[in-house]
Amino acid sequence: MAITPPSERIWWRQPIARVELIWICLAFTWGLIMFFMMIYWHGAGQQNLSSEAYQIKPERFAERAQAMIDNYQVREENGFPVVRPPAGSDVYLIARLWQWWPILELEKDQSYRLHLSSMDYQHGFSLQPVNINVQVHPGYDMVMTLKPDQAGEFGVVCNEFCGIGHHMMVGKIYVVE
Amino acid sequence: MSNLVDFRTCPTTGLRVDKSAENLIKANAVAAVVFLSIGGLFGLLVALTRWPAVHFLPADWFYLALTAHGLDVLLVWIIFFEMAVLYFASAILLNSRLAGPRWAWTGFGLMLAGALITNVAVLRGQSSVMFTSYVPMQAEPAFYLGIILFAVGALIGCFVFFGTLVIAKQARTYEGSIPLVTFGALTAAIIAVFTIASGAIILIPTLLWSVGLVSHIDPLVYKTIWWAMGHSSQQINVSAHVAVWYAIAAMVFGAKPLSEKVSRMAFLMYILFLQLASAHHMLVEPGFSPEWKIFNTSYAMYLAVLGSMIHGMTVPGSIEAAQRARGLTKGMFEWLRKAPWGNPAFAGMFMSLVFFGFIGGISGVVMGTEQINLIMHNTLYVPGHFHGTVVAGTTLAFMAITYLLVPLIFRRELMMKKLASWQPYVFGIGVAGISLFMMGAGTLGVSRRHWDMTFADAQLPFDYPSAAYLMMGLNGIFAVLAAIGGLMFIVIVVGSVFFGRRLGQDEKPEYPEVPPQSAAVGHYGSSETLRIPGTVFLVGIFFVAFVLYYFVNWKYLSEVWPLS
Amino acid sequence: MTETSDSEEAVSPDPSGQDSIPLMQRVLDNPFLLLVLGIAVPAVFYIIWGIIEITQIPIAD
Ligand code: HEM
Ligand SMILES: [Cu+2]
Ligand SMILES: [Cu+2]
Repeated sequence: MAITPPSERIWWRQPIARVELIWICLAFTWGLIMFFMMIYWHGAGQQNLSSEAYQIKPERFAERAQAMIDNYQVREENGFPVVRPPAGSDVYLIARLWQWWPILELEKDQSYRLHLSSMDYQHGFSLQPVNINVQVHPGYDMVMTLKPDQAGEFGVVCNEFCGIGHHMMVGKIYVVE
Repeated sequence: MSNLVDFRTCPTTGLRVDKSAENLIKANAVAAVVFLSIGGLFGLLVALTRWPAVHFLPADWFYLALTAHGLDVLLVWIIFFEMAVLYFASAILLNSRLAGPRWAWTGFGLMLAGALITNVAVLRGQSSVMFTSYVPMQAEPAFYLGIILFAVGALIGCFVFFGTLVIAKQARTYEGSIPLVTFGALTAAIIAVFTIASGAIILIPTLLWSVGLVSHIDPLVYKTIWWAMGHSSQQINVSAHVAVWYAIAAMVFGAKPLSEKVSRMAFLMYILFLQLASAHHMLVEPGFSPEWKIFNTSYAMYLAVLGSMIHGMTVPGSIEAAQRARGLTKGMFEWLRKAPWGNPAFAGMFMSLVFFGFIGGISGVVMGTEQINLIMHNTLYVPGHFHGTVVAGTTLAFMAITYLLVPLIFRRELMMKKLASWQPYVFGIGVAGISLFMMGAGTLGVSRRHWDMTFADAQLPFDYPSAAYLMMGLNGIFAVLAAIGGLMFIVIVVGSVFFGRRLGQDEKPEYPEVPPQSAAVGHYGSSETLRIPGTVFLVGIFFVAFVLYYFVNWKYLSEVWPLS
Repeated sequence: MTETSDSEEAVSPDPSGQDSIPLMQRVLDNPFLLLVLGIAVPAVFYIIWGIIEITQIPIAD
């Protein structure tokens, strides 16, 4: 029994039943498939998070975001600047208690280099209803190339607990044709 | 030495039971159950708050309750119970005295003090930082201090376990290799040492930071090392509950492992690779290379998943073989149909096996896929997944074996047997429900750890789809069911332990019906004749479900905005 | 400790003695070897490799 020592002293030499062996081979092969699937997707898939990141002081990141806002603000909404940066440019989104700042307006099917960083605690960038979720840290600038392929109005929810205002932290991204 | 040790002989198994080991098992199990009831109550409050129509707690209380829930159930309940499992699998199963009972009591005292200190810190309201306590969000120093004390106590418990292995071997209290269940407990203890060491590396500096002696803790380094503790501790649970599955299969059916070699190699895969999966939590963080992510998140090419899939076949397979050897050979499933479904130890164990595999296991591997994590990270899918592992899997398995420990260790007859025979179903179905509905809500994007899915107070409006509200309502209903199941467990166990009829010295309890060794099937035949068609069918269904669900999620991923 | 198990072999029914216990079984019977392995593998591949990657994140210009 499993609660008593093995009945044979040398259990290593006991043969393995055929069904067990088949299952082990199947499970092992499946593991390899899943392993190589991730590698394959780096080549063939379109959704791969880049590992590009920089250490950055929050003030420095805020300056860059402000420069973008100063250059490309197109209007204001509920006190948030709405910014329409040129396609292909570097776009900054600040996470802070408890806002995603500013509102971005992007063009459909154009790529942008989106920079994410936090001014204070960790936050969670959760683009909805697309459902892309990445973690945002203070002190690190995370860069990803994003290419919206749907037009519309998208919410940015904070999905990392960031204090008592966590559930009020909502931002917005517009994608226009 | 051993003449100082007080032994009794167990009338059911014939094993010599070290009284001090027995008392330690009792103390740890009782503490575990107390914290399960506190933590479970917080869980119910959290679930009722996330039920949009009820929205029970105010925001500050919600975050407090969620912090307390995570700590009390994940850390305190599980680890106290694991200490009981370690002492049982070493001293009792090896027929030995326990190494250093004084040390074990010191460990117990530290764990209890630590758990109380952290709970008080959380209840004071200045430490609602979630049990992950990501820096730079800061809790009161007592919060970290309590966790550290708790961990040190648990570490002492692990060393007592290792010490007992040494003593038993020297005193030759057993022949040959340690039993498989003890080997599973050893796996848990090894992972626990790594877990606790990682916790110390990160939480001690964090404690110093909270009192102002350290100026800065890097949030990314914190998170990396914190999860070496946080995720590995889940791997302790997996190892421990797999050991418990084998133990229950042996105690209820006299089942013998199909192959000692295969089962032990599967545990070895856990020892070597399971802890790498800490990277599951780091897949969408800045800066890590795909190489690091893929190697670690896949437990080195899914070798630990291979281990789990092996246990997933050998546990039911050994039960089937034992039942067939007893003559239940009709068709594919007579062995399963005529299993003791009214025995809560078996029912709980079997549901734990099925739910852990189908709900917790599959979702975990899918979510831990490097790219797929993008569409799930920090959504409710995550708590959905781990209520499938740590609640439907570990907690249910621990509840199941408690029904055997009450007569064997506490020497009390189980009370309310009728209620007990229902308990695993109520709790199991409730938990399966909350797991699935939270996963469903997460697929629709709903955030975890979130007080208000309507965003009523936000500066900018946003709405989740209405199906998400339905999911959260259903989640609330099943949470009530799970809570009732939890309450049943606590009433039955606490009632039996304190008020159950004492068993006479030589009295054998009604269950567990531990079959005598001879009735156990010594050999299931050679590798040619082993017949387990029912199990083959079950794992076949599992495999198909796994493959389909895996690729469905790649399909979902391929539909989101391209990013690189 | 390993010595104990070896001498134990002498009284066991297997006449061929300790040498016949296969290497892999001896590894699995040695808790402290397993402990070292179980700490070393994740410490190297997860923690150390991971921390190295974090420290190599460049500083923004
Ligand atoms: C009556 C039984 C239980 C119910 C109704 C329940 C319900 C919940 C709910 C609704 C959440 C919140 C999800 C969120 O908003 O993020 C949660 C979180 C959690 N639960 Fe449970 N749960 C139960 C039992 C357990 C048990 C037994 C364990 C562990 C063994 C557990 C571990 C956790 C953990 C670790 C979290 C995450 C806390 C965090 O995000 O910081 N739960 N639970
Ligand atoms: Cu936030
Ligand atoms: Cu937040």
